[in-house]
Amino acid sequence: MSQVSTSPSMAALGVSAKPERRDIGLRRRYAAERRFRLFGMAAIAFGLLFLFLLLFSVVSKGYTAFQQSMITIPVEFSEQVIDKNNERATNPQKLVSANYPVVARNALAKVLGVDEKDRAGLKAVNGMISDSVRTQFRDMVVANPAIIGTTQTVTFLAHGDLDSAFKGQIDLSVAENNRKISDKQVGWMNTLVESGALSKHFNTGLFVNGASSRPEAAGLGVAVVGSLYMMLIVLVLSLPIGVAASIYLEEFAPKNRFTDLIEVNINNLAAVPSIVYGLLGLAVFVNFAGFPRSAALVGGLVLTLMTLPTIIIATRAALKAVPPSIRSAALGLGASKMQTVFHHVLPLAMPGILTGTIIGLAHALGETAPLLLIGMVAFVADIPGTPLEPSTALPVQIYMWANEAERAFVERTSGAIMVLLIFLILMNVGAILLRRRFERRW
Amino acid sequence: MNMMSEAAVEKALDKKMNDISYKMIGKDVSVYYGDKRALYDVNLNVRENTVTALIGPSGCGKSTFLRTLNRMNDTIDGCRVTGRITLDTDDIYDPNIDVVELRARVGMVFQKPNPFPKSIYENVAYGPRIHGLAKSKADMDAIVEKSLQKAGLWNEVKDRLHEGGTGLSGGQQQRLCIARAVAVSPEVILMDEPCSALDPIATAKVEELIHELRANFTIVIVTHSMQQAARVSQRTAMFHLGNLVEENDTDKMFTNPDDQRTQDYIMGRFG
Repeated sequence: MSQVSTSPSMAALGVSAKPERRDIGLRRRYAAERRFRLFGMAAIAFGLLFLFLLLFSVVSKGYTAFQQSMITIPVEFSEQVIDKNNERATNPQKLVSANYPVVARNALAKVLGVDEKDRAGLKAVNGMISDSVRTQFRDMVVANPAIIGTTQTVTFLAHGDLDSAFKGQIDLSVAENNRKISDKQVGWMNTLVESGALSKHFNTGLFVNGASSRPEAAGLGVAVVGSLYMMLIVLVLSLPIGVAASIYLEEFAPKNRFTDLIEVNINNLAAVPSIVYGLLGLAVFVNFAGFPRSAALVGGLVLTLMTLPTIIIATRAALKAVPPSIRSAALGLGASKMQTVFHHVLPLAMPGILTGTIIGLAHALGETAPLLLIGMVAFVADIPGTPLEPSTALPVQIYMWANEAERAFVERTSGAIMVLLIFLILMNVGAILLRRRFERRW
Repeated sequence: MNMMSEAAVEKALDKKMNDISYKMIGKDVSVYYGDKRALYDVNLNVRENTVTALIGPSGCGKSTFLRTLNRMNDTIDGCRVTGRITLDTDDIYDPNIDVVELRARVGMVFQKPNPFPKSIYENVAYGPRIHGLAKSKADMDAIVEKSLQKAGLWNEVKDRLHEGGTGLSGGQQQRLCIARAVAVSPEVILMDEPCSALDPIATAKVEELIHELRANFTIVIVTHSMQQAARVSQRTAMFHLGNLVEENDTDKMFTNPDDQRTQDYIMGRFG
């Protein structure tokens, strides 16, 4: 490699001769760098691969949950079935407790040409209709009793098993006795699809319904509302408390043994397993303070405790990152300590604080274990009006659905995971946007 | 700004210097950082409407002394000051003295330009605003304009007052910091190596500015540059290893100092 000869003409010009080239290990150094780059890229590829696998598995299983099979047929609200003895004027309970599934069953049997005397056939027809028609039809009739005796075109939920079969999730090669849906029902299903009576609709129920043992009617409504309440409580409590604590510790508190001890403890708290916070919440908020179990309030308080260390650590780091020259400048002008902090330091630390807060919130949003202990793993059908009413949370709902046996809950579990991921992505995007908005150079 | 002619200003200043009045008096000032002693019984008086330069090798305590004058050392953990420093007739380390008020009277310009990451206008207006010096928006505008003029920056920035102060060049930033300090109308301005981060042209502008500011303010400046001390100051104090070696008229200091160490330092034999 080394160039020994120098051209004579150059030497003639008085250019000094080049000394023997030294081996300064360039080749080794570049090889090390190339190796490191390769490792880095491999690490990123590895991470991306698993992220992709995770997303693929969740989305491929879950995307069907956003559509639900529904049956649209003319339904005769027969007075015979609903109110045989015409007591509705005197007994308002009559319309509430009428046997509406039979109304739907008869309507579907009529469309499919099943004889009213064919009990086995009627049972099979019944197996294609979601039991949620009971509440749907009841609400329709109670709201407008005039429809009794008329025929209306109504869209209602198909049974979860029919829904699974329609989405191709039931293996029809399995022996008829071993699957949830019979050959006869499959035949009817095909008839209904051909006539356009059975079709997939966007699954609004997934977002507004509460818990249900019937997968087709089960939704995330309660969980979403519960999670929202909790996030609100966590934000309202942990942001001011966390920021105030960090500002005091970082800017005002004397640096001594005691504050060192506090700092160590805060760092330790951030690493405490979340289930311990659940036990703490159970002992303090439920047993001692007497707050209701399963309530979003208690969940929010527990998650606040859990999030506080994260926010404090992030805020302190953000405050530390503000250059001391800004503090000197303000103090040198005669600003008080508090004015210095609130006029200059805090605004500059804001992006970091917000990022830390939203990461803490996202962490809290996905937290399950502590909520199990305070009873938020419950069957809650009605959307809670206040944080004091029983509710569940998104990750807990995922946990509960993952434990269900029905095929239709599998797609709902993945669907719920997608909803949770979307919430997390939205929060992270929010963090980035806020950071951009507040970011200032100095 | 000042309607007096250059000669009249000089004359007035000379007269003031003849009947010396001391703006700040430091008596037996010692400073400790924890167990380490940084200043040893310094006795140094700062004359009114005079530029006093503090010189000496690195770590000699000149910045430490400067920072005792507006109690910026208070912000350092473990820093302790003994002795007595007065501003006019007030002992500035008296418990009854409010440090915020003191700093409104004794302003400071730092080594590295440190404008707030806000607009030029906001940078200058911040001090008067927190001290409630402006009654109205027009008042504030006037203060900002006057301060920027005093700092010789007005013509350069008058069209972009609402742009960021951090977007200015280093020299402009430092003059903005001077304008910011001037806007509070302090009595004394402390400058801690104000030109060390600036190029020679920006340095010349700041030095010229210091010269003009002398008419209205008492200035104490720490500098590493002998030439700068000679150019801008009337009085010079030489520090060495935490001791005040000598304090004298600048002219005398640079031609015929009393102390051998000053002589050696100025001649470049140590430091």
